[in-house]
Amino acid sequence: MLIAVIVFVYFALTVPEFVSHGSFVNIAEYMGPYVIIGIGLVLVMVCGEIDLSVGFVWTLSPFIMHFFIDSGFPTLLAIVVSVLVCSLIGLLNGVVTTIFGVPSLITTLAVGYVVFGYTLTISHAQQINLPAQSVGVGRWFGAEAWSEIIWASVLVLLFHVLLRRTRWGLYTVSVGGNLLGAREAGIKVNGIKIGNFMMCSSLGALAGILEAFKNDIIDPSAGQLAVVLTGIAGAVIGGTAMLGGVGTMIGMWFGMLVLGELQDGFNLKGISAYTYLIIEGAAIIVFMIINTYLSKLRGSGRLVGTSSSRSTPRRKAARAID
Amino acid sequence: MSTQSAEQFTQPTDDDILRVEHISKRYGAVTALVDVSLRLERGEVLGLIGDNGAGKSTLIKIICGFQQATSGRMVLNGEEVTFSSVTQARAAGIDVVYQDLALINQLTVYHNMFLNREPVRWPLLRNKLMRQEAQKALDSMGIKTLKSVDQEVASLSGGQRQAIAVARSVFSDSKVLLLDEPLAAMGVKEGAMILDLVRQVKQRGISVIIIAHNYGQVLEVCDRVNLLQGGRITYDKYAKDTSVEELTNMVVAEYRKALEERQRAAS
Repeated sequence: MLIAVIVFVYFALTVPEFVSHGSFVNIAEYMGPYVIIGIGLVLVMVCGEIDLSVGFVWTLSPFIMHFFIDSGFPTLLAIVVSVLVCSLIGLLNGVVTTIFGVPSLITTLAVGYVVFGYTLTISHAQQINLPAQSVGVGRWFGAEAWSEIIWASVLVLLFHVLLRRTRWGLYTVSVGGNLLGAREAGIKVNGIKIGNFMMCSSLGALAGILEAFKNDIIDPSAGQLAVVLTGIAGAVIGGTAMLGGVGTMIGMWFGMLVLGELQDGFNLKGISAYTYLIIEGAAIIVFMIINTYLSKLRGSGRLVGTSSSRSTPRRKAARAID
Repeated sequence: MSTQSAEQFTQPTDDDILRVEHISKRYGAVTALVDVSLRLERGEVLGLIGDNGAGKSTLIKIICGFQQATSGRMVLNGEEVTFSSVTQARAAGIDVVYQDLALINQLTVYHNMFLNREPVRWPLLRNKLMRQEAQKALDSMGIKTLKSVDQEVASLSGGQRQAIAVARSVFSDSKVLLLDEPLAAMGVKEGAMILDLVRQVKQRGISVIIIAHNYGQVLEVCDRVNLLQGGRITYDKYAKDTSVEELTNMVVAEYRKALEERQRAAS
């Protein structure tokens, strides 16, 4: 959060147009889909895994939706069914990773290629237009400027509760924090992982559909690995650990906000897309150093008088990072 | 078994809460346990000693349902039982504190104490209730070294972590508690604290099997001692009938014998 504020103030002072409706819409539209896959990535990363396939699910899902609408499904139902169908990709990820013991980095990369190849096959690598009858519903699902970020933010709040206040969330942290310990405590660790992979794929599917409505086209070159990596970057800036056990939805939301501000701000400054990549990369590293440093500070600070406080040190650290 | 001469073994009583009978465990070609029989009297603390690799941890894992025996049977409270999971064994009243404690560093003390039996007002966890109950449980066991049950386990010392793990089992109404090397890597003060805790557990009528290497500490807290050597139980005596020297000699003798055999084979 601190970083998001600093970046905001920096651009607000240096670029006059940064504080404007158009610019905020820009940030919100940028953030929306990344926040949605970010939720899935945080779930998977907190339980100690990674999902590279979610970007390819993003590519595939609008084609599946198109297929179901063509088959006579009403748009809303087609969206729901596509999301459910895509959760099966997560099931595959989860089963191969947990039962066959293949590292999820490899599993999901391979599954991602399969999904992408399938997408290119069924689409003949051609863009297609959205079915005309879906336009009305589409306004609620991405076409309207603020709809995507609203979906994203509501989902963040829901999944925040899931992660912090339910058994599922507690077990997700346990599995990522101490896999053997969680198993010894009788937690069904494979089930937790598979479930989180499935939620991740479903969220990837939803993000892909929202993006298709936003761009008013179903595009086989959308999504892919680049969005996964941006999603991971945002989650990590927001305090999610690559090693599992630690991560917050709210932090991830702010992580995406930082990336959105950077993108929008440099855009308005007129910096070329090529230079922007350099700056984005450098910025991520700088933020991560600040984060690491801040959480170390909290770590040593927790020794002094935390007993009266209700909140745990980690939660406080996470809040500071937000 | 020819090695089981009567004088080396105590006699079963009618009041044994747990009997493990003729348990064997093989992993492929490797045999970890050979026809092990062990009994636990109601309310006693049984020390299970033996060198590394003797099969102590395997035996514990079988009793607590984490692994299944290749053959043999278990009798709990006079009834034959088989456990296919830790959850089943726990439901029957057998709980275990592993060497690695099975604590989750990233969770608070109270979440750890309730792990996998959290009270829920669907769909939300009842954190407030857990916090109160955990505090009560720790207070009642005289565990006062914690600043707060809100602390993350990562911030606790080794002794504190062990205490939380033991308290968690006691608190879950277990009748038989298995402690896998609770004294490993403990300082003097922390070790004393854990021994106190074991006595507390015993006072509550819980029967305990404790694995340990420090025979002095074992005799300080245990009622009876079993020695596991090469996958067999070779020695079973009440603590009052034995001494640190005798236990040490037993283990050293095993080592000597193995050494001599190796030398004989070499020559």
